[in-house]
This record gives sequence, structure tokens and C-alpha cells, in this order.
Amino acid sequence: MLTNYFPILVFIAIGIAIGGGALLLSRLIAPHRPDTEKLSPYECGFAPFEDTRLPFDIRYYLVALLFILFDLETAFFVPWAVVLRKIGVYGFSTMIIFLLILVVGFIYEWKKGALEWE
Amino acid sequence: MISLSTYLSVSAVLFGISLAGIILNRKNLILILMCIELMLLSVNTNFIAFSHYLNNTVGQVFVFFILAVAAAETAIGLAILMVLFRKRNSIKVEELNILKG
Amino acid sequence: MPVPVSDLMLAAPQWFVLIMTCVTLLVSLWSGKKASPWTYGLSQVTLLGAVVITALMYDQPRTVAFYGNMIFDKISALLTIFVCVITAFVLLYSRDYLKQHKMAYTEYHVLTLFSALGMMVLVSSYSFISLYVGLELFTLPLYALIALRRDAAVFAEASMKYFVMGAMASGMLLYGLSMLYGATGTVDIPSIASAIVGLPQGQHLIIVFGLVFVLAGIAFKLGAVPFHMWVPDVYDGSPNTVTLMIATGPKIAAFGLVVRLLAEALPDVHVAWQHGLILIAVLSIVLGNIVAIVQTNIKRMLAYSSIAHMGYMLLGIIAGTASGYSASMFYTLIYAIMSLAAFGLVSMLSRDGVDIQRIEDLRGLNARNPWLAFMMLLVMFSMAGVPPLAGFMAKIAVLEAVISVGQVWLAVVALLFAIVGAYYYLRVVKVMYFDEPIKKTDIELPSMDMRVAMTINGLSVLILGMFPAVLMGLCRAAF
Repeated sequence: MLTNYFPILVFIAIGIAIGGGALLLSRLIAPHRPDTEKLSPYECGFAPFEDTRLPFDIRYYLVALLFILFDLETAFFVPWAVVLRKIGVYGFSTMIIFLLILVVGFIYEWKKGALEWE
Repeated sequence: MISLSTYLSVSAVLFGISLAGIILNRKNLILILMCIELMLLSVNTNFIAFSHYLNNTVGQVFVFFILAVAAAETAIGLAILMVLFRKRNSIKVEELNILKG
Repeated sequence: MPVPVSDLMLAAPQWFVLIMTCVTLLVSLWSGKKASPWTYGLSQVTLLGAVVITALMYDQPRTVAFYGNMIFDKISALLTIFVCVITAFVLLYSRDYLKQHKMAYTEYHVLTLFSALGMMVLVSSYSFISLYVGLELFTLPLYALIALRRDAAVFAEASMKYFVMGAMASGMLLYGLSMLYGATGTVDIPSIASAIVGLPQGQHLIIVFGLVFVLAGIAFKLGAVPFHMWVPDVYDGSPNTVTLMIATGPKIAAFGLVVRLLAEALPDVHVAWQHGLILIAVLSIVLGNIVAIVQTNIKRMLAYSSIAHMGYMLLGIIAGTASGYSASMFYTLIYAIMSLAAFGLVSMLSRDGVDIQRIEDLRGLNARNPWLAFMMLLVMFSMAGVPPLAGFMAKIAVLEAVISVGQVWLAVVALLFAIVGAYYYLRVVKVMYFDEPIKKTDIELPSMDMRVAMTINGLSVLILGMFPAVLMGLCRAAF
């Protein structure tokens, strides 16, 4: 059974060989003379303003939260849409009720100002 | 053809990793949230494998519910994390020590 | 698929709470920034309406609805009524505390209502899917409730701990459920029970494997040893009103979870889960009672006492007979009433932004307000199991159940540690009655309805102890 995985192993090995080999070759062959200009991050030609590793603004997390919530509920819609003709009025109205509950949540978040950036 | 026991082993390993991650992790709360998600996904693997081998779709329906609930759970977890970060300026597990268990 | 109108009628209490909670949320959003009387009023109307609807439906026969996902029976009706009544008391007790500590008023009410809705869904679930959804709907709002109070880091920390522990517990429970599904090929509770009967011997191993995870998940949710570590931390670290919420309703819902999973889905592997539960129950009773003795913080003391009480509650389940289940149900309901009164007093006596934390804070309560001290006395005696109070009758009922199935040693252990446990309850009484108060000023509950509610709550412990037949009869009829 494990033989099924042999191609994957070969693939991984070749991938590592090519990726690592390129880095190794450039390290061995290319000239290596660093200075401050070369080491500083490139930002359209002018001197960089701040560190490259910026922490994320905390407001991104709020948006991410709301996104997760409303995004995954759509997972229900795909199977629902596929069988919509079979489940009839009952299935349709169930989904409408589900949507209405989502809308209440959406109104709450809108009214609370969670969608305002500033 | 991959056998049912292979799927079950994979999901058991994933479950074990996530459990160990929750218990042993001392550094970062985000990792704990990821472990919780991994735990639920390993359960999903179980459900889908069983559903396939038993020719029974109800397991896949269950997976939909678990996914949706997991999203809500992660959202609440992240929200609590934000409150904690604003209060403590840190999300290290070892610094959660006001309450002695 | 036809629209099952009769099914919709059976779920009327749940519908009512769902719609009214959404209405409460929307009305509160538009009624201004301050704590609105509308929010409080609508929440109470919601809960009392659900109680009335369920009471009207009470005599209907046992019916399965929504394609096997929901059941209406006496168990679900009785538990629903108690969940709603207790949540209504919780909202009443916490009204002042919320304003004093500037907790988000609308969010507190709406989250509490959603949590109550989750409990109602859970106790009337008849398949693993609705059971899981109900369980998550009742626990997720509780995590958020703790973090609602923002003035110290301890609340966020307690919330995080509860969240991680709770999520891990539901992960374990789900893993067990997936094994049960794999062994039987169904998620409906009655089909699982009948599928297990016809299962070949080899398959039983999977069931027992899944059962271990299910038991671990249940023990987590009940807060029983060895998965109890979150209980004292969360009780201690939560705002007093949220502790009040966590210590009452969820216990009833967790009882519903135990009954549906163990008694209804897995009656045929009774021997397998009986051993696990005996271990959990004995450890909970022993550890809960002993560790509670050394606590100086009243919330931590009550937390360890709740661990011990959950152990006693499990005794009736261990018996595995109809009278055992009804004894456990009686115990759960009585415990919920007692802890409602105890935590209610603790949160209402917290004044001027200072929470009651230590047992010492209750010093000389008798001199400052004799009536409240008397109520607390009743509750403490009842928790200790002093006759003729309700806690005594409840303990007798569960002990009777284990003795009737021949587990006499279990009853002896339980009884011995009940006597050990009496010590720390009596210490609270001693502090209230015989210690000098720190401040001489009178203390009074802020409003008339709170006083009345507290009186009803305290006296119910006495009345249910002297006339337990009515509630006991309802519990017997449920099984």
C-alpha cells in the first residue's frame, strides 16, 4: 500500500534537490560582497521608512472575525442549492429563516460600527 | 484503494497531535486555537471516512455542521484573544497565571 | 418533503425564544445607549413566555419531530421549564450588578438568552447533530459572557481558559460520537440504541473506544474529576453574575446531555459506562469535598462543592434504572435551585464595585440583614444535606438508587464524604452568625422584586425539602 506513495517521495526529493541546489550553487559560485545599501530592503528606490516586519493592525482581526463568521455559513448554501428542487417549500423556507438570523447578526454588527474602519 | 483503517489512523494521529499541542504548548495562544481547529478537522476526517465506507450521507451532513460551529468557535476564541491582548499586551500561555488552577 | 406543521408546533418554545431574542436585540439597538428597561423587560417576557408555552404543551404525548432530530417528552419539557425559570432569576439577580460594573447590558441579556436557547435545544435533541449544535449554542455564549467585563485582565483570562477547555471537551465528545457513528452507521439516538443490540462481538470494541471519549467529554462539561481543573478557575475568575449563570443552567443542560447520550443511546453497554462513571463520581465526591475545606474564597469553595455535587448527581445515573435517572434529575434540579440562591446572594451583596470574594466578607451578615442571612443559612444547610431541606431529600433519593442496584459501598463512600462536606458549609454559617461584622451598617437588596425573588428562592429549598412529592412525582413521570 505504501508503494502508492513512492511517486510523492520522488517528487519531494527532486523538489528539495532543485530548490536547495540552486541556493547552494549561488552560494558557492556567485561573488559575495555585502554592504548596507545591498542589505537594506528595497522600497521603490528611496530609503525604507520602517521595519519590514510590521505587526498587523488589530482592526484586521475584527474584519477577519466577521469574515470567518459570514464566510463559512455559505458552506450551507452549496448543498442546499444542489437539491433545492427536491426539498421544496420546506427546504426553501428553512434557508430563508437561516438567512434572516444571519441578517439580524449583520444589522447588529453594522449598527455597532464594526464595519467602520476609523 | 485506501482502506478505512488508514483514514482512521491518520485522524487518530491528527487528534493526538492537536491534543498534545493544547496541553504541551507554553508559548502562544494562537497555536492553541489552531490545535482546536485541527482537532475538529480530525473528527471531520473520521466522519467523512465512515460516511464513505458505510455508504451513508449523514456523516457528511454532520461535517457541515461541525465546520460551521468551528467557524463560530474560532471567531469567539479570536475575540477573547483580542480582549486578552489589549489587557495584557501578551498572548503567551505561561503568562496566564492570575488564576491558579 | 412536506412542511411538517405539527413539528413546528412542537418546537414552539424554541421558536418563541429565538424570535424574541432577535427582537430584543433589535429593539435594544435602537433604544439608545443606556441600559434600557426594554432589554430587561423583553428578556423576561421571552423566558416566561417559553415557560408558559412549555407548560401548556406538557401533557402532550412523547413525539419525535423534524425527521428524528428532536423529541418532545416529559424530560425535555421539565428541563426546559427549569432552564427558563432559572435563567429568568439569573437575569433578575444580575440587573444591578451589570449597571454597577458597566457591563454591556444588551449583550449580556441577548447572550444569556441564546445560551438558554441552546440548553433548550440540547435537552430536546434526539440525534447527535442537534445534540452537538445545542451543546455549542449553549456554551459559546458563556465564553463571551465572561469576557464582557473589561475592567481587569482576570476576566479575559478566565474566559480564555474556559474556552480552551470547553473546545477541547467538545472535540473529545465529537471524536467519541464519530466512533459511535462508524460502528452503527446512524446518528439518531434510538437507531443507535437498537443497532448496538444486533452488533457482532468485534464491533463492541469500537463502541467502547468511542464511549471513553464521550465520557471524557461529559466529565468536562459537568466539571467532574479528573476533568475538573477549569471549574474553580472559571468560577473564581468570572464576574459574579456570569458565575451565577455558569453554575446553574448548564448543570441542567449537562444532565440532559448525560441522559440522552448514556441512558437513551447506549443503554446496552451500560456495564461499560457504569465503570467509568463510578470512577468519575467517587473521585469527584472525594476530591470536591476535601479540597473545598481549605478554600478561603467563597466562589472557589462553591466551585469545589459543585464538583462534589456533580459526583452525587452521577450516582443515580450509575444505577441505570428509571428510578435512578429520576433521582438524578431531582438532584440536578435541586442543586440548580440551591446554587442559584447561593451565587445570587454572592452577586447581589457585591456592592460599590467590590465583589464578594472571601468567605470572611460575609462576616456578621446576620447582624446586618437577618433575613438574607437566614436564606443563606437554608441554602448552606441544604447543600450540606441537613434534613428537612431539599438537599437532604435529593441525597436520599440518589443513595437509595445506588443501594437498590447493590452498590452499597458507593453509598457508604458518598455518605461519609457528605459528612466531611458539611464542615465547610457550616463554616459559612458560623461566619455569618457568630463573627463580628466588619461594618455595622445595614445591608439591603436594592429593589423589591429582588427581595421577593430571593425569598421565593430561599424558601423553595425549605418547601421542596418538606414536600418533595410534587417535584419527585414529575421527575418519576419523566422516565
